[in-house]
Amino acid sequence: MKRRFADLHLQPNLSDVEQTRHMLAKATKLGYRLVALPLPTASVEAFAKKLRLICQEYRLDFASRLDLKPQTPRELLRQLRKFRRLVEVIAVVCKTKEVARQAAKDHRVDLLNFPATDSRRRFFDKAEAELASSSVAALEIDVKPLLMLKGPTRIRLLAALRKEVAIAKDYHVPIVISSGATNTLQMRKPLEMAALTTLFDLDKPTALDAVSKTPLTIFERNREKLNPNFVAPGIRIIRRGSDCP
Amino acid sequence: MKAKIRRRYLALKIDSEGKISQKELMDAIWDAVLRLYGEYGASKTSLALIEYDVEKNLAIIRVAHAEIENIRAAIATITEVAAKPAAVHILTVSGTIKKLRKKLELSMAFKP
Repeated sequence: MKRRFADLHLQPNLSDVEQTRHMLAKATKLGYRLVALPLPTASVEAFAKKLRLICQEYRLDFASRLDLKPQTPRELLRQLRKFRRLVEVIAVVCKTKEVARQAAKDHRVDLLNFPATDSRRRFFDKAEAELASSSVAALEIDVKPLLMLKGPTRIRLLAALRKEVAIAKDYHVPIVISSGATNTLQMRKPLEMAALTTLFDLDKPTALDAVSKTPLTIFERNREKLNPNFVAPGIRIIRRGSDCP
Repeated sequence: MKAKIRRRYLALKIDSEGKISQKELMDAIWDAVLRLYGEYGASKTSLALIEYDVEKNLAIIRVAHAEIENIRAAIATITEVAAKPAAVHILTVSGTIKKLRKKLELSMAFKP
């Protein structure tokens, strides 16, 4: 079966509708079928509704996404309670080790994201991977810093990613490759994204899954959960009220 | 007997705001390859420009078959050509120029 590709981290300026449209059109052209855009926490539903309509025009599936940037584990828990039922994908940008650990063990977190430029703030070690493997969180790697950074900074990032990918594979933590693009020139084809992962020694089948199967699984799992008829995995309401015989 | 050298031909599309010359494009590709793989790695790629259409921003390059993934990664890292923001995408890959042209015509015909 033909692979369906997904980019879970497109970052257009949402107040600029033209730019958003350009990026969505480009995503279709490059071969993506699913995109996720981080929404502002202040008006999640309004933006999601608007973007879903625009995505339909470009024959794309839209996944609403929130990037949480909590300073403390307590703040993370509060934000998860508030937003988990509103969006399909929740990513946590881990700025401290405590937040990273809490995010890794929480079943409501889909993606773990780490700052690209500061290697001391990349907390994806064996302990983090062990926690993530027992929950459902995946390690998200943005391609944008690989394109934009040059020289020693990129070398350091590649070394850190190589280490993290090896740990993730050892502990069976899923990996998601996203673009993190803020304009059309930073967007790449799925196969190009997969090729870029060879720079940190990710094998081709895993790389292809990281731009197709893994993000699609996350999206489908959460879309099912957000359905009002969902009760538990595998259980859903098919009739209610007067429909019941 | 010497083994036949296997090659791959790549059709490239250049996304850029301005016009880009043949030399500027090849400089950008060589620069990206050298940055990622160094002179030793670059020497194994057998990279060569076959054709370039300035008007359509399309190029055909030839590379060694074994280096295709490395070249794909290097080309993906190009963010500017001649100090102008740009991106280079691989449209299609083939073992012969003839088949590449055929594929290219098809992909252009069914472009959304």
